[in-house]
Amino acid sequence: MTAVVSDQPAGQPAFVPGAPPPASLAADIWRGITRENPVLVQFLGMCPTMAVTNTLANGIAMGVATMFVLVGSGLLVSIFGKYLAHEVRITSYILIIATFVTLADLILAATFPDISKALGPFMPLIVANCLLLGRAEAFAAKVGPARAVADGVGMGLGFTASLSLLSAIRELLGRGSLLNHDLLGPRFEPWVFMVMPPGGFLTLGIALLGLATIIELRRRRAERAA
Amino acid sequence: MTATHQHGAPAAVTPSKSTPAWRLLVTLALAGAMSGWLVVSVYKVTLPAVQKHAAEQMRAAVYEVLKAPARWDTLYLVNDALTRTAPTGVDLAEVPKAFVGFDAAGNRLGVAITAAEPGFQELVTLMIGFDPASGTLIGFKVLDEKETPGLGDKIERDTAFGGQFAGRVTPLTGVKGRAGAPPSEVQTITGATISSRAVIRIINNAVARWRPLLDAWDREGTK
Repeated sequence: MTAVVSDQPAGQPAFVPGAPPPASLAADIWRGITRENPVLVQFLGMCPTMAVTNTLANGIAMGVATMFVLVGSGLLVSIFGKYLAHEVRITSYILIIATFVTLADLILAATFPDISKALGPFMPLIVANCLLLGRAEAFAAKVGPARAVADGVGMGLGFTASLSLLSAIRELLGRGSLLNHDLLGPRFEPWVFMVMPPGGFLTLGIALLGLATIIELRRRRAERAA
Repeated sequence: MTATHQHGAPAAVTPSKSTPAWRLLVTLALAGAMSGWLVVSVYKVTLPAVQKHAAEQMRAAVYEVLKAPARWDTLYLVNDALTRTAPTGVDLAEVPKAFVGFDAAGNRLGVAITAAEPGFQELVTLMIGFDPASGTLIGFKVLDEKETPGLGDKIERDTAFGGQFAGRVTPLTGVKGRAGAPPSEVQTITGATISSRAVIRIINNAVARWRPLLDAWDREGTK
């Protein structure tokens, strides 16, 4: 265990074991949207991804609510994490996350009641989204408040972007509309299947296939260039 | 072990050998108290907006199912009898209510009530406007449903289905594949027969339940 701090340059702040490598705040944000995208890369938060991406408004609302919880809980975990006894840290993280989920639920019900109704039980269920506990334990507890917030924003944006992508596809094909604006006209017969749960699996599968194809093509191009 | 700067690597913190129990308790108690305080504060701030919205939704629904009444009275169902005075000591949201609508000249247009019964998946909640004297429907509105998207939820979206009910006389019967004939038939939605029948059943049961109550209220006069 002594080796852990051996390669830290002198004069740097105390190194937290297992902490993420230093990075700028912008890099912390960008990472969550792209390379470590919670849904498309890390496969975290699959339950809301399948359950509420039937319309774009629901997808965006779930993404933004999750981002709110990620940022809030990340900030608190980062500030208070070091005072928490090791044995009860996970319990405390969950308590912090549950608090922010409840706040998000209340605020959504007061501001966008229709979306709150549409999300139903999936709002309180954000607390069971392993993305939140994962970021608290793996990142927020080991960095300062600024980086914890940046990570929350990045992961939140990545989550929102993925959910928006999936829900836009599903709403367009399943209802012929986007954000309740009819786009495909009355002659379009909606693919009801797409707004039902199996449509979520199918859309996610196709999105992952697309992403894997892009990554593979890039890799080959890089190989050829080398 | 060499330093791995990958995050996600196992936390190399040696667990503190024995954190005293009182510290664990204090930590959790403090965290719980803070969390409780936050939740209660935000609840208090957001409650008026939530209640205001619920009231607005109810008002809009009454206005719609009674076809734009000029004003309406609220009657509360307490101990199987209607009363104009709101009961005290109970949550008013839980008390069954009837909204009696009048036109500008003071003539009674009809009564709006809410009713909920299981549909295809979960409870379907309707607001129903009808004339208690004849049992004739004025209109209905789906307040809440979780029916199959694209099929069962047509009970809320399909205007051809919803539009048939005005002027029909309860008890209604659902017919399939042909237009419903007056006075009591309505055509069910293709692909949403169970949900359509649920709507018909809810309306029939609710009107049957409320008509005697409203008759009794009328007989006693609006004392």
